[in-house]
Amino acid sequence: MEEIVKTLFPLIVYFTAIFLAFNGVLIIVAYTVLAERKILGWIQGRIGPNRVGPWGLLQPFADLLKFIFKEDIAPDKSTKFVYFLAPLVALICALMPIVVYPFGPPIKTIDWSFLPYGLGEGIRQLPLVIADFDVALLYVLSVTSVGVYGIALAGWASNSKYSLMGGLRSSAQMISYELAMGASVLGVVMMAGSLSLTKIIEAQTRYPTRWFIIPQFIGFIVFLIAAFAETNRVPFDLPEAETELVAGFHTEYSALKFALFFMAEYVNMFTVSVMCSTLFLGGWYVPGLSRIFEYGSIPYAIVSHIAFLLKIFFFLFLYIWVRGTLPRFRFDQLMSFGWKFLLPVAIGNLVFTTIMVYLGIF
Amino acid sequence: MITTLLFFLFAGFAIACAGLMVYHKNPLYSAISLIGVFIALACIYMLLAAPFIAAVQVLVYAGAIMVLVIFVIMLLNLEEDKPLTRLRHLYLIGSILGLVLLAQTLFIFYAVKKSPQSAQEQADAGLTLNIGRAMFTEYLLPVEIAGVLLLMAIVGAMVLSRRLKETRLDIAQKEKRR
Repeated sequence: MEEIVKTLFPLIVYFTAIFLAFNGVLIIVAYTVLAERKILGWIQGRIGPNRVGPWGLLQPFADLLKFIFKEDIAPDKSTKFVYFLAPLVALICALMPIVVYPFGPPIKTIDWSFLPYGLGEGIRQLPLVIADFDVALLYVLSVTSVGVYGIALAGWASNSKYSLMGGLRSSAQMISYELAMGASVLGVVMMAGSLSLTKIIEAQTRYPTRWFIIPQFIGFIVFLIAAFAETNRVPFDLPEAETELVAGFHTEYSALKFALFFMAEYVNMFTVSVMCSTLFLGGWYVPGLSRIFEYGSIPYAIVSHIAFLLKIFFFLFLYIWVRGTLPRFRFDQLMSFGWKFLLPVAIGNLVFTTIMVYLGIF
Repeated sequence: MITTLLFFLFAGFAIACAGLMVYHKNPLYSAISLIGVFIALACIYMLLAAPFIAAVQVLVYAGAIMVLVIFVIMLLNLEEDKPLTRLRHLYLIGSILGLVLLAQTLFIFYAVKKSPQSAQEQADAGLTLNIGRAMFTEYLLPVEIAGVLLLMAIVGAMVLSRRLKETRLDIAQKEKRR
């Protein structure tokens, strides 16, 4: 019995943590959709959804029910297997990075000796991150880069001209902007000396200007722009440009499969916001908080976590704000902007950072 | 125990995907299976305590190269049931190369059994810091050679695409003169 419990215990802990994190993120995502509709409404002088529940707060659940009960139509001449695979790929690749987000500082004050069979032995701290490994940043970049297949395959499998154009546009766009994104992140990696997200945050707590946004301002701007393009949001939403391509790559998708694409887009927005706040705004770190609460205590963790969420919400708000404000690029403008402006600027920033780090200024 | 189970899961998935890749008639399904192989391999690297190689494997092969392959397949829209008689004469070369690959694999087994490395060294070797250090000290020459090769490829790609443009322009001008 003891043996079984000892083998299963880590598995159960991990599954519970992943389950909680996934649900938390999905609830945030559901309310991001509502916030987007509300804020867009206010920007355009409307009220926004206000019928379901008080102030329309139950609207996301009503939408979900609607998606579940709608008729699921698949085009006759679609490639069935790929057609069903594509939304799954999109959503799974969007959800997988959640396991490496550092949601808060480690909690060190809990005594774990109450656990049976001596399971609590040797546990010094409760890290608020599910999997903390050496290459977390590369993991996020690589998993999100696989997500492009969801869109490209959806476009191809639907057997429709609008979908195919959307899929082609998105794969071209995502390959192009991935380069600028990767190059803009390298400055931060060089300053922190690590690819692990927790170590990048730790490096920012020790750094004189606290947050990396000050020495890496160019990198931050390039990352933000490339992130908008990677998530197919306005002003880079050419894969689903509704005035040209009906709905782009998801034209032929209906009901729950459309909902999966929709969720994947918003989860990707969340991921990018987490990366922005972790790499450039110190993640959960609030300068000066250790003077009020002790580092490693529960109140410190709670305040840090709330600060982390506030930073994420700021970036999500930025997404919505930009959507309400800016018009869409033309496709050739998008490509030349990515290759001829963003990538050189990102590489220039990398060279500049290298020199500064070598001279010991950064 | 769990590691062994996971190894067999990923290894089986990799072999199944590799088989599908070779034997499927539709090139798009072959490409998707190849992505599956890459991802399964990355998972195995992860089990072998080499997270950097795993992440780069997915980032470069699955995330970039295969996107281009799929892009081309989508654009060309190849016929599904076209007989592949054109490639018949390549079977012999293919089988010879396969034998070479098998010999290589067996040699790796032999070399690993003979190697004097301790378990501790092997466990740390996959970390980013150690890979970087090894690349820029012990294996500097191969890295430099690979860098020059990549640079040549980039310059070559630029030259090829540029010359194509000029020739088109030339043709247009010649036609004008006529």
